[in-house]
Amino acid sequence: MTAVFARLPFDVPTRSIVMAAALLLLVGGWQYPQFFSPPYLAQQLQSGAFLGIVAAGAMVVILLGHIDLSVPWTMTAAATVATAVVGLTPEVLVSEKGVLAGLAVGAAVGAVNGFGVAYLRIPSMIWTLATNNVLMGILVYFSGFYALSSRPSPLMSMLGSGRMFSIPNVVFVWVAVSLILLFILRSTTLGRRIYMVGTHEPAAYLSGVNSRGVLVAGFVIAGICSAMAGMLLAGYAGQSYQRMGDTYLLPGIAAVVLGGTSLFGGRGNYSGTVAGVMLLTLMASILSIMQAPEAAKQIVYGVVVITMVGFYSLRERYS
Amino acid sequence: MIIRTLRAHMRPLTAWAVLAFLIVYYLSIHPRGLSIGVLTAWSNQGTALALLAVGQTIVVLSRGIDLSIGPIMALTNCMASHLVNGGPVEVAIGMILVIATGAACGLLNGLVIVIGRMQAIIATLATGTIFSGIALIIRPIPGGDISEGLSDFFSGDFGGLVPMSLIVILGAIAAWYPIRKSVLGRTIVAVGSSESAAYASGLRVKRAKIGAYVLAGVFASLSGLFVGFQTLSGDPSIGLSYTLNSIAAVVIGGTALTGGAGSIAGSIAGALILRTIGNLLFFNDIEPLAQPLFEGLVLLVAVSFGAARLLRMTSRMEAFQ
Amino acid sequence: MPPPMQYLESAREGALIDAAPLLQLTGIGKSYGGVVALRDVDFDARRGSIHAVLGENGAGKSTLMKILAGVVRPTDGAISLDGEAYSPTSPADAARSGIVCIFQELSVIPDLSVAANICLADPPRTRLGLIDRKRQAQMARDVLWEMGVGQDIDVSRLCRQLPLSKRQIVEIAKAVIRRPKVLILDEATSALTASDVKPVTDLLRRLRDEGTLILFISHRMHEIEALADVCSIFRNGTHVETYPTGSRSSDEIVQLMLGRSLTQVYPPKYQVHATTEPNLSVKGLRWNGKLKGIDLQVMPGEIVGLGGLDGQGQQEILQAIAGILRGVGGTICMHGTPLRARGPGDGISGDRRFALVPEDRKYGGLFLPLSIRANLTAPVMDTFARFGIISRKAEAGTVARMIEQLQIRAENLDHPVETLSGGNQQKVVIAKWLATKPSLLLLIDPTRGIDIGTKQEIYRLLRRLAEEGLAIMIYTTDYDELVGLCDRALIIYDGCVRAELAGDDLSEHNILKNALNLGEAPHSREAQQ
Repeated sequence: MTAVFARLPFDVPTRSIVMAAALLLLVGGWQYPQFFSPPYLAQQLQSGAFLGIVAAGAMVVILLGHIDLSVPWTMTAAATVATAVVGLTPEVLVSEKGVLAGLAVGAAVGAVNGFGVAYLRIPSMIWTLATNNVLMGILVYFSGFYALSSRPSPLMSMLGSGRMFSIPNVVFVWVAVSLILLFILRSTTLGRRIYMVGTHEPAAYLSGVNSRGVLVAGFVIAGICSAMAGMLLAGYAGQSYQRMGDTYLLPGIAAVVLGGTSLFGGRGNYSGTVAGVMLLTLMASILSIMQAPEAAKQIVYGVVVITMVGFYSLRERYS
Repeated sequence: MIIRTLRAHMRPLTAWAVLAFLIVYYLSIHPRGLSIGVLTAWSNQGTALALLAVGQTIVVLSRGIDLSIGPIMALTNCMASHLVNGGPVEVAIGMILVIATGAACGLLNGLVIVIGRMQAIIATLATGTIFSGIALIIRPIPGGDISEGLSDFFSGDFGGLVPMSLIVILGAIAAWYPIRKSVLGRTIVAVGSSESAAYASGLRVKRAKIGAYVLAGVFASLSGLFVGFQTLSGDPSIGLSYTLNSIAAVVIGGTALTGGAGSIAGSIAGALILRTIGNLLFFNDIEPLAQPLFEGLVLLVAVSFGAARLLRMTSRMEAFQ
Repeated sequence: MPPPMQYLESAREGALIDAAPLLQLTGIGKSYGGVVALRDVDFDARRGSIHAVLGENGAGKSTLMKILAGVVRPTDGAISLDGEAYSPTSPADAARSGIVCIFQELSVIPDLSVAANICLADPPRTRLGLIDRKRQAQMARDVLWEMGVGQDIDVSRLCRQLPLSKRQIVEIAKAVIRRPKVLILDEATSALTASDVKPVTDLLRRLRDEGTLILFISHRMHEIEALADVCSIFRNGTHVETYPTGSRSSDEIVQLMLGRSLTQVYPPKYQVHATTEPNLSVKGLRWNGKLKGIDLQVMPGEIVGLGGLDGQGQQEILQAIAGILRGVGGTICMHGTPLRARGPGDGISGDRRFALVPEDRKYGGLFLPLSIRANLTAPVMDTFARFGIISRKAEAGTVARMIEQLQIRAENLDHPVETLSGGNQQKVVIAKWLATKPSLLLLIDPTRGIDIGTKQEIYRLLRRLAEEGLAIMIYTTDYDELVGLCDRALIIYDGCVRAELAGDDLSEHNILKNALNLGEAPHSREAQQ
């Protein structure tokens, strides 16, 4: 077993998570037979995909040695703007302008985040917290004036809640996002520079890297990911609503860290992030099948993160 | 000498100057003007956050961060709603238990970070969800009961002169001063300034880190108690926004998130600034729906002032510090 | 400097009085993973002596010192201190046993005052158990006066505000105040300016006479000759030989360190042909009160050195040219046209290419956890990328050429660059900048902390590059390097060019005289006001 894993091109965190997830699946399947039914698994993948798309964006920012706390309201803002545009131009196809508008919102928020971090040099933890609050303020303020449409466009509904070969479409979106991100990180100059800036920004500057540009690009990627997740969630739920992104911020960061990416930046593999998302999703589903109360879920969640991350760091130290 | 001292404390002093200006403005537009009642109401609103900011500052000085500080506050607040009531002896024992719980939560944070060698952000994020979970278990919905006598005492004023809550804040500063001058306090600053240098100098790095988190837990429990005195109940859901605001207060107060340099007094000013702005919006007849937007913009503008140092920069490398 | 006979004698006397060694190591070995850093080392040192430890980088000296200081633990062997078994678990533990180490990397806390730093380990306390700042300041002042630098350092200042050399003094004071039995200096004098070296060496001799054992690592041979009583040479993790200072010639020492003889450290210089246009010309360079009107030119094919005491503005000249500094006055021209760079990135492409090899490879030159390959191609990856997508094949070709050109010894290019030795790391930094094909190469102390063999390779490389028409400007703290390597040296004093030395005038004597701003400068360009 270990020999097989050792030959796979995965790092330690990914392998540990895959093993933990396999264990969860086995125990869950043994206790609750419906666990292994295809519809149930598909449903788990579906809820994991939203988190996966958020985590993909979070990972880029974390690789840069920063953090994006504006995820919740970026998701809500993108979904709200998208559905509002759909409401203004409800004709088929034309209404898909809403999707573009939502993506533009995500990119714009990312650009503002990147600007504050890269050019104004405000710590990302505090700057993105502030932009998150401003977004919330804007949405709360405008919600009083207009009763804009909160209906998703056909494309959003199709990708968010539709299925193909009984696999949820949102899973395909997640796969596509993952492939694109993997390509960026591994094979492009931007990916190399993301790792460089995350490792040590002064060295990146002295090596001729335009570190400000890289930071902005990283936050824009994260903003777009959040926007996509927000719009897909609106498509899934059939509407946009306030606080729709609240439950994605911390799990998104936790998935990245569970996947072995260092919060100091510069170190981490995307495969780990995917595994982290799977583990968190499985855990959530087992707890809900056990009908555990919210409080117990939170406690289990915290204990698992501490155990896994503690295990990696101790392993690294004593190996 | 005086100029050097002033320059060394430039950023906390700025925070206090801004706060003084805001208070004067607030009192000038307040319908009842300067009175002990107005002052008490004002300082009561800021005290819980100020206490929390003190705890957060201690951790930040050691170059850590405590994202579980709000959940600890919520947890201790919920505990207080069960324990801090009844006769004087029961109340006293209850308060001791509440504070001990805060210290224990901080100890857990410190141990996870030091022994588990985890980054503070993720460790306290995880412990924070655990603390929130426990808070939910002991008090699923807001409620409970807290000694009204104590509540009246702490949210009232002292001899009609000074709000009691302001005395609490001064007490927090007074409590930090001897810690700052102890070996533990110095080691906390040393670790935040340069951990490798502190280790090479033979300082007890681990003990100092754990100590910082324990102190933060204690201040969080005091904050939880104070919230209880104001609301007379426990609420498990207050944690997250308080965590974020405590970090904002620390930054506005001039403490660098990179550790080593900063001040408790600055963070207290930062906390009071944040709360005063909320009040000002209320009295300026800003539409209630626009209030979150204004608060967000104020935070955005406040933290943007941190960029001012870039103008004085003589080397582009300084930007990365 | 004459051989210090009197110290030799006192060391021998000491040896007679106190026959048992203070510190005795038997069979010490240390390996990191599979890499052996020390192998079966036996080593004795006596109280009341200054004992130098010599060796190339990677010879195991630093590992040995770290073991003694309690930073790392040996895999094999035993140590005895004063006749008792000694196995420290941390620097604090070592200090309690009487062994204090002054590390090469500073262990000064930037945000604490000088006084707090000096008394860091055991501050004086009031009856309430709080730190007594008055007494602390007094103790710090006493130590600094005892060291002969009391007038130079205000103990109430934050260490962050002190220049590097003074911080190193604080570091030494921190160790001295603990009155150790064994004081270890691991390259602790390399950051000192000339005026700070004297009080420190006097202090070390005084401590020696009081019975302290001083273990001393340095790459500066003249310092060792002047100071040490006994020398031990290490090579490849083994202890090769111990001898009284002065009993071996420089050639013999080099041979013992290298295991082979060194023919000639510096490559021969060539006559620079007068050409029409300099690659770099700088006029009236001013910055922030630290540079006060610098004029200089560098011709193609020329290696120009910047010398002088540490911190006179040499680094800032190079940083100003590369565009790192803001608010720079004067003109900087490359090939006759003004260069307005905003950082090293502006030197990578275009027709005025320049490259800056920064001071500290670990801080500014390398991405330690990233692969050797990624480090090598960091500035040039755009040249083999289309639409931002890297062509692995083109990259491999470029990397192979770089490895070949600089003889970088690396097992696997995908391994992190931190796995390379110091010398090879420095080669990676130089290689990545040569790949941009600059016509101006600026280097800040490129051979600091590098073994002699690699130094020699770098000297040859620089000379070869100059012959190919590159203009090279190098700031070095090593006077020997200025004389041996450079065609011309500018001695900087207080932000001005104090003297320009070339040909026979370029001697250690003249450099030192001008660095200290003594007497009439031979070819002074800019008179002191």
